[in-house]
Amino acid sequence: MSSLSDRQEHQKLSTIPKNFKVVLFIGLVLLGISVVASLAFGSRWVSVHELMEGLFYQNTDSYGGNVVRKRVPRTVFSLFCGAALGVSGALMQAVTRNPIADPSILGVNMGASLFVVCGITFLQITTANQYIWLALVGAMITAVFVFSIGSMGRGGATPLKLVLAGAATSAALSSLVTAIMLPRSYVMDQFRFWQVGSVGSANWDGIMLFIPFLIVGILIGFLTAPALNALALGDEVASVMGIRTGILRLMAAVAAVLLCGATTALAGPIGFVGLLSAHVIRLILGPNLRYIIPLSALSGAIILTISDCIGRLLGGTGELEVGVVTAFTGAPILILLAMKLRVRSL
Amino acid sequence: MKSAHVFEAEETVAGYDNETIIHGVNLSIPSNKISVMIGANACGKSTLLKTMARLIKPSSGQITLDGQSIDKIPAKQLARVLGMLPQSPIVPEGITVSDLVGRGRFPHQSFFGGWSKKDYEAVAEAMDIMNVTALSDNHIDELSGGQRQRVWIAMALAQQTDILFLDEPTTFLDITYQVEILDLLTDLNQKYGTTIVMVLHDINLSARYADHIFALKQGQLLAEGEPSKVMTSALIKEIFGLDCTVIKDPISGSPSIVPIGRHHVYDDIFSLNKGKSVTS
Repeated sequence: MSSLSDRQEHQKLSTIPKNFKVVLFIGLVLLGISVVASLAFGSRWVSVHELMEGLFYQNTDSYGGNVVRKRVPRTVFSLFCGAALGVSGALMQAVTRNPIADPSILGVNMGASLFVVCGITFLQITTANQYIWLALVGAMITAVFVFSIGSMGRGGATPLKLVLAGAATSAALSSLVTAIMLPRSYVMDQFRFWQVGSVGSANWDGIMLFIPFLIVGILIGFLTAPALNALALGDEVASVMGIRTGILRLMAAVAAVLLCGATTALAGPIGFVGLLSAHVIRLILGPNLRYIIPLSALSGAIILTISDCIGRLLGGTGELEVGVVTAFTGAPILILLAMKLRVRSL
Repeated sequence: MKSAHVFEAEETVAGYDNETIIHGVNLSIPSNKISVMIGANACGKSTLLKTMARLIKPSSGQITLDGQSIDKIPAKQLARVLGMLPQSPIVPEGITVSDLVGRGRFPHQSFFGGWSKKDYEAVAEAMDIMNVTALSDNHIDELSGGQRQRVWIAMALAQQTDILFLDEPTTFLDITYQVEILDLLTDLNQKYGTTIVMVLHDINLSARYADHIFALKQGQLLAEGEPSKVMTSALIKEIFGLDCTVIKDPISGSPSIVPIGRHHVYDDIFSLNKGKSVTS
């Protein structure tokens, strides 16, 4: 047969999900909308004219223009954090083979949080440069802890045991954070978002600090995706294909922890974004991680940025931290997913 | 034609954690043939298969491929020679047939995981051999048990290995699908010379489809060879503890086991056979 029909045959066999292009297009449109919304909405809404002025003119005296300019780092930061959390969630779900894994559900965010709060309180640490490392150490230790608790007993680290271990650890760590912060008003005032998560205090220095972690984490995610696809068929299948499952899990977990640890260091523990963004993409595109990972970055960026906008709108003259918004919307969805999961496994 | 290999277990002892299951097995897999491991439940058939596929590390002895210990062969390189379909692989939710089969290409792809023309061809060929091309866009959850098993075997075939292990590929399937799967595997062996080693539960299908039988009991190799030579009522009694008479399969001419229970037995045959086993 001709090479044309060969090519058609290949296209038919292509592993690219059918609606990938549509989803990518819709995603990019939503991303655009969320960026504009994040720049324009808040306690003071700006006009289109002010938006343009703030973005494209160097010197502007207009108040609206300056408001927009103030919102640029916040927007960039929420996009980056959302992308990091999305990829982190996708990786954690792949590593634990658990569709409801997420940095917050597994307690990793809270571990990072606790270390940062301890650093601020007991070591008088004040710069983002220092607490990003603290957060990473905290995230790493918590991840190892939750995973070892979850692997105890028969059957190893089953999804349910991991989630239970994560939830218990998260609850314990969160009360520790509260216990440390409550009696110290200076910690409370300055860093109260470490309890809820916020992107409101974003600045360019923080973003610059964050970028290397984002790049390394996402890069590892991309590179491990084909092997993680094989791992999804079971450890035995993956081993037969020449994959060292332990090393693969470790690499992907390190990437996930880097991403959510760095995010938590700068924005506090933001829950459910990883869970939601990866889950939505898997629901639409199917289980191929080569597509889930990049698109989870996109959906995470959208979800976090929109959530931040909603928080600003709901908060009236003040604002609602984005962590509160994601918790409010994420918790019911998690319950729904968990119910669906239980029904299926029964 | 797939290349020939010398694939051997030498004094292999293996098991899980504290429990030794395989007690010093020596065997050589006949190249380009179909071998079947038979034995009672928990005799170590699957454990031996997994040990030879490097899923379990032998506690002593070694597995060698062309004279080289498989521990010393780089993982991905071995994966291009030896493939295995385990007993219960996991189906990711919502996965399509072509995506699943395509994942078998992993050992042939570079670190960056790009898809080459060869990959597409291998996947198309594997789906063609297992007769699942028409299903390529279907979700696995929508398929029947027999179709699903063919898809899994296609996934293992996409790996394009010379040697293919299958751990109970026909268990839980209706008899129609068992025969269908075994026919397809025989096609594969005859057309490409793929060395096939599998664990099967059905003794008579094993005897019919195997070129070579490995009979295991309590982690040791009791007998091996052509079905017509090894499959005797004495061997069946020894490995399964079951009285039986061996007849010639009227379709294939291979030995066929007819079990003898306590009921539904003509009196004369029962006493005849009993007499035999007493004298032997």
